[in-house]
Amino acid sequence: MQPYSERVMDHIRNPRNIGEIENADGVGEVGNPVCGDMMRLYIKVDGDRIVDAKFQTFGCGAAIAVSSMLTELVIGKTIDEALRISNRAVAEALDGLPPVKMHCSALGEDALRAAIRDHLSKKGFQPCVCGEVDCPHRHECEERAQARDHARQTEAAREAAQAAARESG
Amino acid sequence: MNRIYLDHNATTPVDPAVLEAMLPYLRDAYGNASSVHELGRAAREAVEKARAQVARLLGAEPREIVFTSGGTEADNQAIRGVLELARTPEGRPGHVVTSAIEHPAVLNTCQYVAKRGHAATYLAVDTTGRVKLAEVAPAFTPETVLVSVMLANNEIGTLQPVREVARLAHEKGIPVHTDAVQALGRVPVDVDDLGVDLLTISSHKIYGPKGTGALYVRRGTRIAPLLHGGHHENRRRAGTENVPGIVGFGRACELAGERLAEVAAHEARLRDRLQQGILARVPHVQVNGHLTERLPNTLNVGFMFVEGEGLLMNLDLEGIAVSTGSACSSGDLKPSHVLLALGLDHAAAHGTLRFSLGRSNTEVEIDATIDAVARVVERVRAMSPMYHDFRKQQQAEAASHA
Repeated sequence: MQPYSERVMDHIRNPRNIGEIENADGVGEVGNPVCGDMMRLYIKVDGDRIVDAKFQTFGCGAAIAVSSMLTELVIGKTIDEALRISNRAVAEALDGLPPVKMHCSALGEDALRAAIRDHLSKKGFQPCVCGEVDCPHRHECEERAQARDHARQTEAAREAAQAAARESG
Repeated sequence: MNRIYLDHNATTPVDPAVLEAMLPYLRDAYGNASSVHELGRAAREAVEKARAQVARLLGAEPREIVFTSGGTEADNQAIRGVLELARTPEGRPGHVVTSAIEHPAVLNTCQYVAKRGHAATYLAVDTTGRVKLAEVAPAFTPETVLVSVMLANNEIGTLQPVREVARLAHEKGIPVHTDAVQALGRVPVDVDDLGVDLLTISSHKIYGPKGTGALYVRRGTRIAPLLHGGHHENRRRAGTENVPGIVGFGRACELAGERLAEVAAHEARLRDRLQQGILARVPHVQVNGHLTERLPNTLNVGFMFVEGEGLLMNLDLEGIAVSTGSACSSGDLKPSHVLLALGLDHAAAHGTLRFSLGRSNTEVEIDATIDAVARVVERVRAMSPMYHDFRKQQQAEAASHA
C-alpha cells in the first residue's frame, strides 16, 4: 500500500472532534463493522449553519483521518456549503489518500449527507438521500445510494452465509 | 524514539555475523559458482559449505537442498513441480490436498494449478487453527499426488500436526510438502522426524538476507523444474547462484541451530509476559490460535470494538511495529483468510494484531508495549461507535438493576 501523507498521520495521531453530541440536530451513520468501516457523524445546527460536529468511527487509519478532517471542514459551514463538500475534497484536504483507501473518503461524504438529511427530516423537510431539500435528481440519487449500500451489504451477506455454513457444517 | 520491533514473522534483521560472512562475496570473491577458474571454485566451495549448513539444520543430506530465491519460489517449485509430473499417460489431472490457512504462496499456487486443470482440496481447521486429522484421509482421491500443510502458521503461530498428516499420506503413497518458513529457527525442524518429502524454508525469517530460500527435496522425490536454463542446482533450478545470499543463509542456519533452545525459551517467556500483560490490562480481548501448540514467538490478539489498522498506525506512532489481520492493511479489503477459517466473524477479524517476537527483544520493550497497547486501545475505543453503544447499554443495564 502507498504510505499515508503526513497530514493523514497527523489526524491519526491527534484526531479532532471525537465523541458524541448529546441532543444533536443531525446524526448520520454509514458503513458496517463487517466491512471494517463504520462512521457516525453528529452535527449541531444553528439556523442554517453547522456550529459543531463530532464523530465516532470504527475503521482504519484513513477512516479515522477522514472523519476527523470532515468535522474540521463542516464546522462553520452552512448546510448548502456542507452539501458541496465532496469525498474528493476531503481526500485533498488530507493531501491525498492511497488509492485503496479512497472508499474511506466516500464513507465520509455519505456520513455527512446522512447527518444533514437527518437534520432536515427533523425540521419537517423531506430531503433527497443526497441531502438536498429540492434536489431535481431524486431518482438518480436514490439509485446511486442503493448501489453503494448494496456493495457494502454484499460483503455482510457473504459473511452471514459463511457463518451459517459453518454452523450447519 | 527507540523503536520496538515486534514483527519478526514479517522479516528479521540480518545478524551481524551473517553480514560478515557475506561481505567477501559482495567484494572480491565475486566468482560465478559455475566457472572453472579459481574465483569460480571459491564461489562453488562457499555455496556447497552453505548447502551443508542448511542441510544440517534440517537433518537432511546436502544434495537434497535446492537453493531458491525465497520461500515463495520454493512453495511454487514444490507444488507446480509435483503437479506437472502428475498427469498420467491417459492425461488425467492431479489433485493436491492443502489447508485453508496456508500462506498465500501455497494457497494461490494451489488455486493456480486448479485453474490449469488439476484439482485442489482445502482442509478446514478447528477454532485453534489445527487441521482436523479425521478429515485428512477422506480428502485423498486416486488422483492425489501431493499433500501440502504448513508447519507453523505465520499469523497465529499454530503448529500443525504435520507428522501425523505425513503418516496418513504415506499410507497411500502420497508425497508430503510442508511450508516451514515460520517454524525454522523457532521450533526443531527435522525432515526425518516430520517424515516430509518436500520442505520450504526462507533466509530472511531467520536473520539471514532477503532473496534466498531453499526447497528440501527428499532423495527419490520427482519434481519438474520451475525455471529452465543452465544446469545449476543439479538441474533442479536454473540461474546463477546468489552466492552472497546463499552464504548468508548458510551462516544464518548455523546460528539458528546453535541458538534454537535458548532463543525459543527467551521468546516464549517474553511472549507469555506480553499475553498476560495485555489480558490483565485490556478488557474485551481474546487470544487467537492454539494456546500451547504454538510458535514461541507469536501472539495474535483480537480487540473488540476496534479495527486493527487503526491500532497498528497508533502503535507505529509510538514506535512499535506490529502487524494486523485487518482487511484495511492488505489492499483487497478482505480480512485475513486465516482468522476467518478459525471461525472469527468479519468484525472480530478486523480487530486483530499480531505480535511476533525476536531474539533481541527485551523485557523492558515488552513492558513498554503492554503500556502502549493499553493506552492505544483505550484511545481508539474512545472513538468507536460500537464501544460507545456497548458502554451505553452497560450503563442502562446497571441503572435498571440499581
